[in-house]
Amino acid sequence: MAPPPAAATILPPAQRHRGYWAGVGRRLLRDRVAMACAAVLLAILLAALLAPWLGLADPYRGSIARRLRPIGFTTPQGFTHWLGTDEQGRDMLARLVHGARLSLFLGVVPVVNAFVIGSALGILAGYAGGKVNMAIMRTIDVFYAFPSVLLAIAISGALGAGISNSLLSLTIVFVPPIARVAESVTTSVRALDFVDAARASGAGAFTIIRVHVLGNVLGPVFVYATGLVSVAMILASGLSFLGLGTRPPEPEWGLMLNTLRTAIYSQPLVAALPGAMIFVVSICFNLLSDGLRSAMDVKL
Amino acid sequence: MSAQPLLRVTGLRKFFPVRGGLLGRKVADVQAVDGISFEVARGETLGIVGESGCGKSTTARLLIRLVEPDAGEIVFDGLGLGDGLTLSELRRQAQMVFQDSYASLNPRLTVGDSIAFGPRVHGMKAAAARALAQDLLRRVGLDPALFAGRYPHELSGGQRQRVNIARALALSPRLLILDEAVSALDKSVEAQVLNLLGDLKAELGLTYVFISHDLDVVRFMSDRVMVMYLGKVVEIGDVEAIYADPRHPYTAALLSAMPSTDPDRRTEEAPLAGDPPNPIDPPPGCRFHTRCPFAEEPCRRAEPGLNPAGDRRQVACHVNDPSSGHSRAGRQGEAA
Repeated sequence: MAPPPAAATILPPAQRHRGYWAGVGRRLLRDRVAMACAAVLLAILLAALLAPWLGLADPYRGSIARRLRPIGFTTPQGFTHWLGTDEQGRDMLARLVHGARLSLFLGVVPVVNAFVIGSALGILAGYAGGKVNMAIMRTIDVFYAFPSVLLAIAISGALGAGISNSLLSLTIVFVPPIARVAESVTTSVRALDFVDAARASGAGAFTIIRVHVLGNVLGPVFVYATGLVSVAMILASGLSFLGLGTRPPEPEWGLMLNTLRTAIYSQPLVAALPGAMIFVVSICFNLLSDGLRSAMDVKL
Repeated sequence: MSAQPLLRVTGLRKFFPVRGGLLGRKVADVQAVDGISFEVARGETLGIVGESGCGKSTTARLLIRLVEPDAGEIVFDGLGLGDGLTLSELRRQAQMVFQDSYASLNPRLTVGDSIAFGPRVHGMKAAAARALAQDLLRRVGLDPALFAGRYPHELSGGQRQRVNIARALALSPRLLILDEAVSALDKSVEAQVLNLLGDLKAELGLTYVFISHDLDVVRFMSDRVMVMYLGKVVEIGDVEAIYADPRHPYTAALLSAMPSTDPDRRTEEAPLAGDPPNPIDPPPGCRFHTRCPFAEEPCRRAEPGLNPAGDRRQVACHVNDPSSGHSRAGRQGEAA
């Protein structure tokens, strides 16, 4: 029964130990599509944040004389509307850039809120199991009975128009799907032996969730939530379009799309711009979340 | 061996409910472990063998209450659980190594952090826990400088199982439950880990409950062996005595199914046919009677008790009990 030589000699010693998230970051940086999307999103975000200092026209000031001008229209005074003007003669570029503020806000904030609430509910349900799980998940199933658009419209309609109300209704819409993903991931993690080993070492439920469950659950849920940002933006735009979200004259892409729809025959390119922005931002968020998903997929 | 066993288990029982129907009502029970009793002496290794689904792993999980038993008493070192012994104290004294070396390590933690987790939970300072983890890694034959910062997926199966052993030892337990701990390893790696377990036992004065379906490994590791069938103990006793002279027909069948490389020791006896009966609806009487070559009327009617049969041996078989009415009863008992 001589002790065997340590199996340590099998692996090369010069391996650097990186944290899991460092590895994810490295893989994400190598993903060209995800990085391109991140760059586009970053540019839009920066433009939105710096909008007042970019030397743009006043997004609220219209001109009856210069309504619905085409892309690249230059006034006799020498001011160029690079992206034309809207139905009230306001500069489209300025409105799109300023509109990015509200649109991004309405896309990201509800998802962040729902991520926090939904993950908490899902992890609680998944870890506790049994009756707690039943109570939480069946309540959440009730929300699944309605299509999300309908639910958002119903809640916003009941609460009344306005940014904070659409924020609230969008949060409520996104809690159930996030909670469900968190619950299913937690349930599968809960069944693994390392959770039993942690219980056997005397740790309480809270410690086990903090050390052993969160790290394994939040990643996949985060990826899923990233993908929801585009849905949130489209829903927020939809609410604005229906008059339940942002109120005019506030620039917001969904609302702009709504007010410009009458111009679809006279200035189709200008009218399509807000929709194009929604499309670009959505697809960037989706591709970025795809990239994140593959970057987080640890290969054995 | 002192008189007081390290672990005494009495009447341990666990039925898992099977739920069905629209309302999820209980429609049946899986009788995973049905009233088993045994003792583990200080410093010995008790092997537990049996086919898949016989309740070996459930027994292991019941011992440290990862599964809540329906009935039964666990007395650890003279203190009953809930009667002088708290659950957290039991779990500090008795630790477990699981079969699946990968699933039993958190993929997001370095192995050093995994080992240090238990001591941290018990209030050890981070630096001390880290030092302890490094010491334990060294003990299980892994260089801490190379391994402490690694993640489970960067390790081989044998290395991971060493880490799991180190993790189980982190709370300085006295009893180590090894649930198929080497079954998933290559034969050569398995031998290394078994030797490591032997060394650790000697160095640290550990007591093992060694669960395996591999009869050779159990013989190599164990002092005594407990044979389980469908949630019941059918035979328990010294390993060499049982391997040399199995008293229960199931033990005999199990041992005869063991491949041997020695032509003189090959048996012509037919191994067991078929699968064990469904534990949801075990047969009445002796649970083994459906597959037993000696089954008679009493076996179908009454369940045999676990009765003493010779030196430190207990067997649950009517053949062993002269009062059972079995035609072969008494013959073997007299011979012994």
